[in-house]
Amino acid sequence: MSELTISRRGLLAGSALLLASTALPAIGFAQTPKKGGRLVLAADSEPRNLNPAIVASNGVFFISSKIVETLAEASFDGKDGLQPRLALSWEGAADGLSVTFKLRDGVKWHDGKPFTSADVAFSALQIWKPLQNLGRAVFKDLEAVETPDELTAIFKFAKPTPFQLILNALPALSSVVPKHVYENGKIEDNPANNAPVGTGPFKFAEYKAGQYYRLTRNDAYWGKDEPYLDEIVYQVLPDRTSAAAALEAEEIQLAAFSAVPLADLDRISKVPGLKVITKGYEGLTYQLVVEINHRRKELADLKVRQAIAHAIDKDFVVKTVFLGYAATATGPVPKNDPQFYTADVPTYPFDVAKANALLDEAGYKRADDGKRFALKLLPAPYFNETKQFGDYLRQALAAIGIDAQIVNNDSAAHIKAVYTDHAFDLAVGPPVFRGDPAISTTILVQSGIPDGVPFSNQGGYKNAELDALIVKASETLDTAARTELYKEFQKKVAADLPLINVAEWGFISVARDTVGNIANNPRWAVSNWADTYLAG
Amino acid sequence: MTRALTILRRRLVGSVFVLLIVVIGSFLLLEAAPGDAVDAYIVSTGGDAGMIELLRHRWGLDQSELTRLASYLWALLHLDLGQSVTFSRPIREIILERLPTTLILMGSATALSFGLGSALGIYAGARPGTFRDRFLSIGSLALYAVPGFWLGLVLIVVFAVDLRWLPIGGIETIASGKTGLTRAADIATHLVLPVSALGFIYLALYLRMMRAGMAEAWRQDFVLAARARGLSRRRIVLAHVARNALLPLVTMLGLQSAQMLGGSVVIESVFAVPGLGRLAQEAVAGRDTPLLLGIILVSAVLVVVINLLVDLAYAFLDPRVGAGEASA
Repeated sequence: MSELTISRRGLLAGSALLLASTALPAIGFAQTPKKGGRLVLAADSEPRNLNPAIVASNGVFFISSKIVETLAEASFDGKDGLQPRLALSWEGAADGLSVTFKLRDGVKWHDGKPFTSADVAFSALQIWKPLQNLGRAVFKDLEAVETPDELTAIFKFAKPTPFQLILNALPALSSVVPKHVYENGKIEDNPANNAPVGTGPFKFAEYKAGQYYRLTRNDAYWGKDEPYLDEIVYQVLPDRTSAAAALEAEEIQLAAFSAVPLADLDRISKVPGLKVITKGYEGLTYQLVVEINHRRKELADLKVRQAIAHAIDKDFVVKTVFLGYAATATGPVPKNDPQFYTADVPTYPFDVAKANALLDEAGYKRADDGKRFALKLLPAPYFNETKQFGDYLRQALAAIGIDAQIVNNDSAAHIKAVYTDHAFDLAVGPPVFRGDPAISTTILVQSGIPDGVPFSNQGGYKNAELDALIVKASETLDTAARTELYKEFQKKVAADLPLINVAEWGFISVARDTVGNIANNPRWAVSNWADTYLAG
Repeated sequence: MTRALTILRRRLVGSVFVLLIVVIGSFLLLEAAPGDAVDAYIVSTGGDAGMIELLRHRWGLDQSELTRLASYLWALLHLDLGQSVTFSRPIREIILERLPTTLILMGSATALSFGLGSALGIYAGARPGTFRDRFLSIGSLALYAVPGFWLGLVLIVVFAVDLRWLPIGGIETIASGKTGLTRAADIATHLVLPVSALGFIYLALYLRMMRAGMAEAWRQDFVLAARARGLSRRRIVLAHVARNALLPLVTMLGLQSAQMLGGSVVIESVFAVPGLGRLAQEAVAGRDTPLLLGIILVSAVLVVVINLLVDLAYAFLDPRVGAGEASA
């Protein structure tokens, strides 16, 4: 039925379309990066604070990673999975008490002042450790940063800290901001938080609330011949359907972070001149998780949790909810993680009969109306897919006699209900895997976390053995031994099911064929785009 | 003139109370919504308990509801709308930035629906029961039944994506550096689609009302009298039948202004127009109580002012209105 949606112009271009679609990939590879041009792309939110050193989140990085750089960026093939940015090399001491960074020479801030180790020390001690949402945990034992010369920064830790964790944290947690801009006054109130100053390939030019952000080329950028683009403009398009229309009308050239809804991708991939790209988000994997409130008597029973896991058809979820743009999950680390993932964990194949048997065994017999018990299900409203999976889960649970009532909330109300009030039995959440289980994954199952902390274990789950394993892994310095402990962690989580991992997904970009060097690193959408170019 | 002043005086005194009730009511309503500004904020950032406590303190959310309401009202007394929690900027500034856009959008859409609606209503009502009357009535009802966002999307697909006559959204071309008349023309082209989407929906109301009023007026004795005096049909339609049917439309105009503000939330999102409606939606999602109160207050003032103007227009159109009080 796709003919119906093809525009009149599309029909006129009929034969040209066919030719073009076969010829284009070849053209794409033959092109050399071209200088100049304005890249216009869709933005669906306007972060209140653009300082990535304070707010390490994808919404902020999407814009400010072009302005403010980190010590290193993620890479598909670089050493340690990293590509140097402001740091050229890194070395961890054997005792885990210090890490030495050699910094890049000749780098200038956008205001012309030189970048030095003092800026790194200031950012780490004054911002990452005390203020940053993720850094507060990872850098909690950072005691001092020594700066023997302008291009060396030595991080000193009070307690042994795994070098592997620091390396894995670099791409997201190590944005360096200028000391001379931030040293006076309160850091949180600094005007540069809304007009960032950095060392990146693009400078912040202007922001019109509700309309656009504009970045301009940094002519003094350290990368040779970079950046290629003259300007990047983020056009604020709050309605997701209009992002697809804007691409078709050639008003924007790129929509990242699945700004085009999955349901539109099939149609849009047939529009001449547009390409759908699924790469470039490997380092920002989102996980579809069923959060469980273990305070509920029924759910505290492992057999019930196993039954729920067996009742979910993960393949169906990937095919129907994610239209194939996702992978099924086996445990708390996603399959695409190169360091930690293990497939050697207990699995729960889709088996309704077995699920029913487990529930019978647990003593929850069906009543005369066919129902065993009822529970409250809260799907997170942040993504279409989390809401749709909530609808699916309700039906899947009905098949095993569990009557789930869906409670829909907006984001603020959902956060409060699940993580502060614990007013849920099951919830559907999308936690993010950030390259190392210690950054934001172990917290999902660890006990002893205060009420109100979002994206953490608020289901009252307590497993002393698992807690001990998490602590041990966080103190283990040897990379191989630490990795092994996290494999053990995955096995234990999959066996005891404090939560149920269903699927994992990255985002989709849609771009004009003219946009070059897309998706060339695992965090492309939130990297610095120094080599992105516009052809023709 | 005294008539107008009387109306003005009575309305202004009443308005202050209305606004106070609106502010306190909205405050309590938003407080009753689960989750606060910090909950809304940490959705996109996460964070540990210490950070969350720090934020609540910095944003003044650790104070009691009563304290916050009292300090808000106290500031309001000094004509200070306060500081937005989500934007960390003065609310007056944020609203003034968005207000012109919304006023232009609303004003043009109201003008379109009122002007075109009543004109078509006169056309239909001039000969009630004929084919053109039926066609216009049914056609406008069909438009009225269409959801605003859908009409907006259809207009986008046809005029912006397929024909490419008009831009998809926004209020003006991004960073174009245009000034003066070229900028005005640029804004006008950007407004065509959102104004049509918003205006066409409410067109039916005016059309139906005008038509119904006229159909009724045709049966009145004064029309018969006018006919007997030998006036031209055109004069009867415009000066006698239509003028008498016009009054309820003016009332409708006042009521409509409030509804238009609500309808523009959807249209502003679909067309990415940076107006007050979208801001209000963001304020609710972000649980930004002071910002939302500011928007509601400004909207309420707008509605009160428009209704005041409507009353004055009413007095002008119908000499009976306010006459009693002026002489008393």
